[in-house]
Amino acid sequence: MTAIWVLALWAVRESFRRRVFLVVGLLTAGFIALFALGCSVAFAHARVGQRSLGDVVDAHEFAGSTLNGLAMFAILFLGCVLATFLTLSAVRGDAEAGLLQPLVVRPVGRPQVLLARWLAAVVVCAAYVAIVDVAVLITLQVTGNWAPEHALTAALLLMLAVAVLAALCLLGSVVLSSIANGIAAFMLLGAGMFAGLLGQVGHSIGDASLEHTAHMVSWGLPFEALYQDGLARTTAGQGGATRFLVTLGPFGGGNAAGAGLLVYVAGYLACVAVVAAVVAGRRDL
Amino acid sequence: MTAPALDVRGLVKTYGRQRALAGVDVTVAPGELVGLLGPNGAGKSTLVKSVCGLVRPSAGELSVFGERAGGRNARKAIGYLAELFRYPAWCTAEELLRLHQRLAGSDSGAGERARLLDLVGLPGEANRKVGTMSKGMQQRLVLAQALVGGPRLLLLDEPTSALDPVGRRLVRDVLAHLRDSGVAVLLNSHLLSEVELVCDRVVIVRAGSVVAEGAPSDLSRPRGVEVDTSAGRRVIDGLVRDDVPALVARLVAGGEQVYAVRPLSSTLEDVYLEAVEGQTA
Repeated sequence: MTAIWVLALWAVRESFRRRVFLVVGLLTAGFIALFALGCSVAFAHARVGQRSLGDVVDAHEFAGSTLNGLAMFAILFLGCVLATFLTLSAVRGDAEAGLLQPLVVRPVGRPQVLLARWLAAVVVCAAYVAIVDVAVLITLQVTGNWAPEHALTAALLLMLAVAVLAALCLLGSVVLSSIANGIAAFMLLGAGMFAGLLGQVGHSIGDASLEHTAHMVSWGLPFEALYQDGLARTTAGQGGATRFLVTLGPFGGGNAAGAGLLVYVAGYLACVAVVAAVVAGRRDL
Repeated sequence: MTAPALDVRGLVKTYGRQRALAGVDVTVAPGELVGLLGPNGAGKSTLVKSVCGLVRPSAGELSVFGERAGGRNARKAIGYLAELFRYPAWCTAEELLRLHQRLAGSDSGAGERARLLDLVGLPGEANRKVGTMSKGMQQRLVLAQALVGGPRLLLLDEPTSALDPVGRRLVRDVLAHLRDSGVAVLLNSHLLSEVELVCDRVVIVRAGSVVAEGAPSDLSRPRGVEVDTSAGRRVIDGLVRDDVPALVARLVAGGEQVYAVRPLSSTLEDVYLEAVEGQTA
């Protein structure tokens, strides 16, 4: 157990010392600035538009939900980008660079090395998601005096979603070169997000087969199911025409998955871990 | 009876259809320094990596001090210097050695780190970042890292490839010091002179098989006697050192003035070239 923490702390330290966070921080600050600008404009338009909508639709609620959905989408994307870059070369890439061999000839098992790298990525990415999420919530509160429901739960689900992608990327790093693994991770991320959007479209037009297919994909790539569940929780209390309009948008209602999702994700992560450990154990370095 | 530091029996390793090792037997006794020679692609690095557990053997038995090679107990006993080495540029020598101390379970602390840096000629470089070190300094740091925790078997894969002559001399001195301390060493190197100078025994590998093995002096063979006389300098084949007195007497009796006589024997390079039949990658 000690070796796992030693390697995990080493990986966390590496991500800070390689100035990953300097770049990520600058880009994230840019995102938050743009988001704040967008929120100001959207909430102002909502105030003006409310007069013509009357009591049928709550324009302020609609704007807040959509902006929060957009922010959650962006946080998931940015968190996954960070997770990918922290894990894409963990096995094959580091072995080809000669970084891995000195570590695994020590009395440390390869599964422990993988677990340490995953823990490090999860700690770093979860902290990142938490910080950006807090910045988004503050922005929504300041610009529109609006806050989503179940914000903490939604943030935790986003952290778990990023942890799932980190696990998949680590598994990919066992067999794929760094570049191939990075491409594969982003394609998986894109596939999951695209499936989520298709599901929203299917729901809007009432196409059950499209919605079902999207649902299956989002459970096959459960970071999407977690994102959808988090999104659904933030708008759970809405009703009437406002809710209908929110669910029409690409960053709207989401799909509530229920408590079974967490059990499923735990099993999914365990399966990924076992496959990664077995494949890594058989690999020549 | 003490278990050998390294015992390799019938080691076979295939990569797809390519056979890298075709039944290799190698033994290294505790405190013995064995040189591993062979052309590029002969399977030397595969052999070393198999012992470390980095490569899974296709067949054969490998043990380190009686423990299954690659297992946790075996890995506790070894130190490994990789042919292809790289360390994160952002960390310092001190941080790197501390990391390996923790992984190796060494509780020798700052004293061990300072001693190892001193041993490899890097005193006062503890806080220097790896990225600012020359390739030669990095290779010496890698040697220090391999020595963390006091390994009983040291596996060195081309440990002097990036070193200048002074650095090579330093590594030779370190190896001699280790041997005197009872550490077994398997040294994979292309530098025959280096191997000849420090190794108790050499193993020559060609195309995945051991083709020659023994002490450098045992492997060399007489190549005649060179004489420098008033009739000129020449090599007389078929003679050995014991024949020199009779040869000198015969030359003097024949009216030649003898200036120098030198028994010749094949060098390790001759032995090596003969063993590998001039093969290279």
